[in-house]
Amino acid sequence: MKFLEEFQDARLARGLARRIAQHSTKPVRLMEFCGGHTHAILRYGIRQLVPKTVEMRSGPGCPVCVTATADLDKAIALAQLPDMVITTFGDMVRVPGSYSSLQRIKADGADVRIVYSTMDALEIAKANPTKKVVFIGIGFETTAPTIAASILKACLEKIENFYVLSLNKLTPPVMKALLDSGEVKLDGIVCPGHVSVIIGSHPYEFIPRDYGVACVISGFEPLDILLCIDKLVEQIEKREPRVEIAYPRGVKPEGNKRAKQLMEEVFEIGAANWRGIGIVPGSGLIIRKQYEQFDADKAFPVKLEPAKEPKGCRCGDIIRGAATPLECQLFRKVCTPDSPVGPCMVSSEGACAAYYLYGAPEDLPGP
Amino acid sequence: MCLAVPVRIVSIDGDEAETEIAGVRRRVSIAFTPEAKVGDYVLLHTGYAITVVDEAEARETLKLLKEIANLSEVP
Repeated sequence: MKFLEEFQDARLARGLARRIAQHSTKPVRLMEFCGGHTHAILRYGIRQLVPKTVEMRSGPGCPVCVTATADLDKAIALAQLPDMVITTFGDMVRVPGSYSSLQRIKADGADVRIVYSTMDALEIAKANPTKKVVFIGIGFETTAPTIAASILKACLEKIENFYVLSLNKLTPPVMKALLDSGEVKLDGIVCPGHVSVIIGSHPYEFIPRDYGVACVISGFEPLDILLCIDKLVEQIEKREPRVEIAYPRGVKPEGNKRAKQLMEEVFEIGAANWRGIGIVPGSGLIIRKQYEQFDADKAFPVKLEPAKEPKGCRCGDIIRGAATPLECQLFRKVCTPDSPVGPCMVSSEGACAAYYLYGAPEDLPGP
Repeated sequence: MCLAVPVRIVSIDGDEAETEIAGVRRRVSIAFTPEAKVGDYVLLHTGYAITVVDEAEARETLKLLKEIANLSEVP
């Protein structure tokens, strides 16, 4: 078993789709929190496979997309300081900030390097002792432990030229913020599988309890997502919302204790600034005082001009699930993967990129 | 970003492991999965194994999916 193809079987997918159609009697709106789910749903044609009663909305689960323009501007400002090397996950470099992008200043001579892992960023710091190496720490709970591990390793190995700009964000608090706003009425949430590998299923329990919204944790193969939708529809039809794990090969109720410990060792919870949502209390991770020598925010205070959002871009609305990419005037006309206006078109997890790449003919606006 | 893929552990050296997927090999950290053994599949996220894939659970899920497909095919 390779745990991939087995969960892409067409016959089993049709079986699940038939079952969903059999027991779905009323319209439901589900939000897939994670951008990875949005891409899988469009790529595998899951929206066409499920009955018309099931509406899928994309949520804020794309770290590149939710990074506030002001935070991106800070990363760009840091990159322009002397002897600075900026290390970042790939998609970040192409996102337009208020006045420039990491890609543009790299072309102008700034040292901006794409890494696959925080371990690569540490290696760059070790190999360049006269430079200051900043890792742009974006991501959710899946990634935060890897960033914590890099700070602990830097501490242990005395890599004193390594810094992290902590822009990490937390999933349950922003789900709460979305539900509290009441802007988009949801019946169920496709909960993010790999965030849940780390945090487990318990942190979502307030959602069915306090908001009556069904929560099912899903993997990323098409059968995983269909099984998740099936369980959500069943919970909603029976009016018995609860937290269920439809991805038990990856997710345990208690999550990954070791990863959570490392995260708690390095970070404390604080507010975070989300594109399209604003400041959400308790939804971010701040480097603890004990490790502040690695905190790029503390080490390199920079003065920033007020952030400017791209005109006409509806990424903010799309991140909240308040609009689909098709409702954006710029989509596919001005804003394309080659020339993206907003992060949702840049990121490999962005909703606009998913609609652009995999949208069915009926999903696309006329010429 | 939260992308994670199942890779097979080929060998272990302290808190790092050599892993393989579709013929590609990569050294990864198993600091979060100290229980991982050679032959296990782990979910790999940005160079770190974040969990050991539970094969028994995977088989259970597939069994359930086959039952659903068989049942829903009955006219």
